[in-house]
Amino acid sequence: MTLTQQIVTICMVILGTALTRFLPFLIFPAGKPTPKYIRYLGKVLPAAVFGLLVVYSLRNLNVFTGTHGLPELVAVSVVVGLHLWKKQMLLSIAGGTICYMLLVQYIF
Amino acid sequence: MQSKGQVIKKALRCAFPYTLPIFAGFWFLGLTYGIYMNVSGFHFLYPMLMSLLIFAGSIEFVTVNMLLGAFDPVQALLMTIMINARHLFYGISMLDKWKGIGWKKFYLIFGMCDESFSINYTAKIPEDVDKGWFMFFVTLLNHMYWFTGATLGGIFGSLISFNTEGLDFVMTAMFVVIFLEQWMKEKDHTSALLGIGLSALCVVVFGPENFLVPAMAAIVVMLTVLRKPLERKGAAV
Repeated sequence: MTLTQQIVTICMVILGTALTRFLPFLIFPAGKPTPKYIRYLGKVLPAAVFGLLVVYSLRNLNVFTGTHGLPELVAVSVVVGLHLWKKQMLLSIAGGTICYMLLVQYIF
Repeated sequence: MQSKGQVIKKALRCAFPYTLPIFAGFWFLGLTYGIYMNVSGFHFLYPMLMSLLIFAGSIEFVTVNMLLGAFDPVQALLMTIMINARHLFYGISMLDKWKGIGWKKFYLIFGMCDESFSINYTAKIPEDVDKGWFMFFVTLLNHMYWFTGATLGGIFGSLISFNTEGLDFVMTAMFVVIFLEQWMKEKDHTSALLGIGLSALCVVVFGPENFLVPAMAAIVVMLTVLRKPLERKGAAV
């Protein structure tokens, strides 16, 4: 690829990313009332999206090979347990991550 | 009355702790990305400018492959839209929250990555903290973590060696916590369960590289089908 072709490719990625972020705001501008169906989606979607993001961050997990997802299962349980117990976001995240690092570095 | 400077400082102080896990995650992933570009033969200006102007993690890794392959701008655009289509959901969720927020809205939309959206949507911002500035700083700090990580990785490249195996789990841990926060706040868990269940199903059926778009479509279809009962149950309130 020439430098110009590289710049065009990168600009396409910038454009595509910005498009996915700006599109809803362009279609439903702040000045006009948002359709009821879209407002309904705006309220129920986040819960599903956070579920999607959890799965997304674990998408390469394979329960049939390697460690069978055991370190992930243990570490996610630690995160959930810590969070239900103390409700301290940073503590839950740090505790789970340290637990996962120890597991994959020393045990599995 | 607080002066404008006090308002801004207060919002920054309130936003910073929320971004600490992202600092760990973005520095790790950003460094990895910068190193990846470095060892793929790119000057550090590439990861530096790309992390600043694209600011969307997974597509930036994919772009490295695009740059190493044949020139195909249309495919680059379509691929980007597909990988980043989940941003559409974030925008739809923020339509009402960001009304009347002024000039900051443009930057908030530009920098709306998974992590910024998750924090800005769920954080319990204290009443005496300016919401607009809080969300602005969450987005800006995240942006800067990613940018500095990617740039340093691009400059020092393979010179950096560290035993950080497993540190990337910090992102999973954060999404689990955010999922829990939402779970404890909501009255009805249908949408949360659909999100987990349909996404997991789509990973099995379509594979980890292609599951996003089918999963999103399945979620919208199911939420549309269930609109009446969900609205009756007050899940959408």
